[in-house]
Parts: sequence; structure tokens; C-alpha cells
Amino acid sequence: MSRARRTKLRIFRIVVFIVMGAFFLVPIAAMFEFSTRGPTDASPRTLSAWLSIAQTPELSSAIIASLELALLTSIGMLVLLVPTMIWVRLRVPAVSRTVEFLCLLPLTVPAIVLVAGLAPEYQWISLNFSDSILTLGFVYLVLVLPYAYRTLDTGLAAIDVKTLSEAARSLGASWLTVMLRVIVPNMWVALLNACLLSVAVVLGEFTIANLLNYENLQVAIALLGRANATVSIAVAVAALLLAFVLLVVLSFVGRPRSGVGRLEEEGLSGFGRQLGGGLR
Amino acid sequence: MTATIAAAGTGTTARAGVEVRLENLRRRYGPITALDGLSLTMAPGELVALLGPSGCGKTTALRLLAGLEDADEGRILVDGHDVTGQPANKRGVGMVFQAYSLFPHMTAWQNVAFGLQMRRVHAAERRQRAGEMLELVGLSGYANRFAHQLSGGQQQRVALARALAINPKVLLLDEPLSALDAKVRARLRDEIRRVQLEVGTTTLFVTHDQEEALAIADRVGVMQSGRLEQLGPPTTIYSRPASAFVAEFVGLTNRLPGTVARGAVDVRGTRLPLVQTDVPDGPAIALIRPEAVSVLGDANGASGPLVGTVIATVFLGATSRVTVDLGDVTVLTQLATSEAAAHPAGTRIRLAIRPDPVLIARDQPAGEHR
Repeated sequence: MSRARRTKLRIFRIVVFIVMGAFFLVPIAAMFEFSTRGPTDASPRTLSAWLSIAQTPELSSAIIASLELALLTSIGMLVLLVPTMIWVRLRVPAVSRTVEFLCLLPLTVPAIVLVAGLAPEYQWISLNFSDSILTLGFVYLVLVLPYAYRTLDTGLAAIDVKTLSEAARSLGASWLTVMLRVIVPNMWVALLNACLLSVAVVLGEFTIANLLNYENLQVAIALLGRANATVSIAVAVAALLLAFVLLVVLSFVGRPRSGVGRLEEEGLSGFGRQLGGGLR
Repeated sequence: MTATIAAAGTGTTARAGVEVRLENLRRRYGPITALDGLSLTMAPGELVALLGPSGCGKTTALRLLAGLEDADEGRILVDGHDVTGQPANKRGVGMVFQAYSLFPHMTAWQNVAFGLQMRRVHAAERRQRAGEMLELVGLSGYANRFAHQLSGGQQQRVALARALAINPKVLLLDEPLSALDAKVRARLRDEIRRVQLEVGTTTLFVTHDQEEALAIADRVGVMQSGRLEQLGPPTTIYSRPASAFVAEFVGLTNRLPGTVARGAVDVRGTRLPLVQTDVPDGPAIALIRPEAVSVLGDANGASGPLVGTVIATVFLGATSRVTVDLGDVTVLTQLATSEAAAHPAGTRIRLAIRPDPVLIARDQPAGEHR
């Protein structure tokens, strides 16, 4: 590639980066600007909307509930999907298409239809089990299945699950050990990605919680928006920043280990010398 | 290299090889019979290579012995104990796979120590044993490298160390060299044999590479369609094949038309005794090794059933393979390179066939070399 072409490509990348960055950052900057406005146009900038996030009890409880739901959903997703997908890949690959279909099905069902179907279930749950907002974890688990399945499937496809598990089995590992000590550590990034997507879906979910009369973060923001728009926007920006921080953390955790790369057969050159010495 | 081989967790000397018996093993995958009554006994400390074309059942046999698959029928006895129903993690079998199988998130020594950890060997002993095993395969300086920091050959050597670290009753090698380039493959093949002799573990080596099998094994088993066609020392397999399939699969073979009469076959004027005893009189294809065909000398202007024209010479190092066109059929002969140089392409030469016992293949066309 010529130098001129390389320079052009570099400029093109920078331009794309700036345009996309602006597309992402300008609305957030506008939201931040709005959230720091004073009561009147003449008032100085203030962080009172941000500070009042913690002082608005209904908002705090909604944030905590959403975070708890995100945690519960992520754990539930991992416990349900990871062993199932590993087992299907290793022992019953014939049903992988069925599992994939079931996991992707929620994508095709609109939230309103889902709620219509789930409303009687939740009525029963709230009467006989609990009316806690955390029971939304069940439906959120269904909601995150398509995203988590795709991510985990990609992670599993990136490693030779069969050979690794057979190697571990021949060395004396139980199936549980194979999963926890051999497979899971090698799909760590996929697990983190699946969790991040689950957290993002749960933190951004509004329709189901609203229709089932639960107050999660998005519902609280919507309600607050009617009473105090600046606090509502401040919370929205904070939620976006949280997702951004999670992405940054993930990008560092998911980095490949530093190393010297694939080496030449340098060790084998020593072999010849060793073999020259004959057998012991 | 002076690694001492100590039994895992005991500090005693290595387990002597144990006898392994496969008795009438059968395995079907739907309509396909992968193993059709395979029986094989391996003596303690012996290295047996199973050789055969793809789909002949050699890997299935190895996987049944490892416990990675279940047999439909038959028994597997290791050191006199029936292990047929035992799960893979209880069999005490070490295995090196065709695909790179090191755990990517672990260093070389952690990989080697994994099996010992599963056996709850004390950490200090584990570390020492893993170090010894890495030294045994010549990689003690690579203990802290991850799989992606090792070459293919190094990864397979670590895999060998990992399999041996648990002091296995049986070592199983499932085409461990097939992913490597030719030079590395030859070196690692010798290294595997050296290590196997050193530790004395009974070993089953599966390969489709006849050179590999003949070079490394105490005995070679040639398989076809789930059956063992012949089991014997490499020299026997090559020089006295029990069937036409073995003769054609192991080494190169000339397929020359002839006529069977009274227990011998006449091939282009040379009468050759038969290995088989049940061949009816009549036309047949004789299977003759290239080294059984020699050059008597130049034959400019002469004619005869074994006079032909050199059409190609392949240099193999000390020897060369010469292809001679006899008119209706081509013949391969293996000559010393100096002798082959005296008969360049286009030269008319006279051949002779050594009167060794030959096998007959009656259902295949003549003139091919396999």
C-alpha cells in the first residue's frame, strides 16, 4: 500500500471517528447541558439536579431495584444458559437448532404481547408468591435470552469445546470441573458481554415494568420527567455513563494477554541435540 | 535429559506398562459400523500403532479405550480389570489429541499440573512433578508460557507431558503429529518414541501415516472397515502383508497382470510363488513391491516382456524411484540413486522380478501403483 493511500485511509478513519463520536456525544452533551441549567435562563449553571438524584427517595429505590434486577437477570441468564449451551454442544448437538429457536423467540414477540400473556401470571405471582419488583427478573430473563444466546454462542464457537473437555475428562476432571475450570475461563469475554447486554436491556426496559405497574429506573425517569425534567435528564445521562463505564471496563478485561506470539520451532532445535545423545 | 519419572503422588518409580485387551469391540453410528468385532491385546510397555484409511475405525477404537465413547458390544480390560463401563475421568488414561488441546487460559506447567490437581496431589509435589515432565519433553524453559505463546510442536510436547504427568496406565495418541509440518513431525515422532521407551507406558498410537506407524511402533495393526486386517511388527507388515489391502495400503505396490497356474503366478515370463493358497487358476493381478524389481542393464534395440523405457525418475535421497513403461503397463522400481542416474529418461532398460512370494488382487485393474 502506498504512503499516500495510507494517509488517505488514516484521514478517512479519523473523519469517521469524529462524525460517529459527535453523533454519540452531542445528544449526551445537550442532555448534560440541560441537566445543569438553573431555574431561569439567567441563573448560573448548577449540579442541583444531579445532587438531587440521591435525595429523591422514589428515584433511589427505582435505581436500586433496576440494579438488583440487572444483577438477578444476569445471574439467572448465566445459570440457565451457560451449562445448557455447553451441554447441548457437547452431548446433544442435534437439539442446538431447537434451543437457538427458543432463545431467539422473544425477539419476535412485541413487549405489549408479552405483557398481555404475562399479566395473569404476574397477578398470580403477586397474590401467591411476592409482589416485589424483583419478580420482574423472570420476564427480564426471557427478554435477554436472544442477546445472551448469540453472545455466548459466539464465545463457545471460538474455542474447541469438545477437545478441551475431552482432554480435561481424560485427566480426571468431572463434568462440573470441566465447565467451571476449563470452558468458562476460556469464554470469559463472552460471559461479560452477555452480562453487559443483559444489564443494558434491564436498565433500559420501560414497557413491561410500566404495564405491569412496577416502578423501575425507566418508569421512575418517565414519572420524574413530568415533575422535574432536569433531574429526569440527569438520571438518563447517569445511566448512559454507567453503560459507558461498563463498556470501558469490558474492553480492558477482554484484551488478549500480552505475549510473544506464535514462535518458531525453537524448542525443537534442542530436540535434535537431545536425540543425538541416545536413550537413557 | 535426566528427569526422574516418579509416580504421581507417591514418589515411587514409574508404573510399569500394563496389559491392555480389547475384546470383540463393536460400535455403530446409525447404519454405519465403525468397529466390527475388534480384538487386540497389547503387551505391557508395548507401543502399538493402528494404521488405516479415514473411517476405518482406528480413532473409534482409541476413543472407546479412553472412555470418551461407549462400546455397543465387547470388553476393555486394562491390567486385568474390566473398564468397559467406567467414565473417562476414572480410567487413568493419558491422551494426546490431534487438535491442539492445551487449556488456553493456563500456562504450560499449569496444564501439566492439571491432572495432578484433579488427583489432589499436594501443591509442592504437583509443581515438582510438572517440572519433571516438562524437562522430560525438553520444555522446562517454557513452563510459564501460554498455549498461544508456543509453536504447534511445543504444544503437542506439553500435551504429551500433561498426559504422562498423571502416570497413566495407558497412553493414547490420536494422530498427534498430523497438524505439524513434515520436519517437526519427524522429530516429534522420534521424541514420542524416546519418551515412551523411557516411561514404559503401554501406548496406542493412531495414525493414517504409514511411515509414522512403521517408524514408531513395536507392532502395527492395519485396519479396514472396522476390522483388524493384520497385526504384526512393522517389518512383517511391510514384507509379508497378510492381504492385498495391507500390501496396497502399506508402501508402494506394482499391480502387474499375470496368470495363476499350479500355485504360482506367471508375470511377464517370471514365475512367482503365491502367498495365498486359495487362488484359482486363471488371469490375476500380482502385487509386487518396487524393490523386488531390479534393472539388469540397458536394452537398446532389444525387446522382451520386461524391456521398457524409463519415463520418470524421482529422487528420494539415497534411493530413487524409477518409472518404466513396458508398453501395456508401467512399473515402479526402487534403485540406488547412483544406479538410477545411469538410466535417464528415454533409456531402454531390461528389468527382472525377484521371485519372492506375491499376493494376488483379483478385483482391481492392473497398471496402477498404490
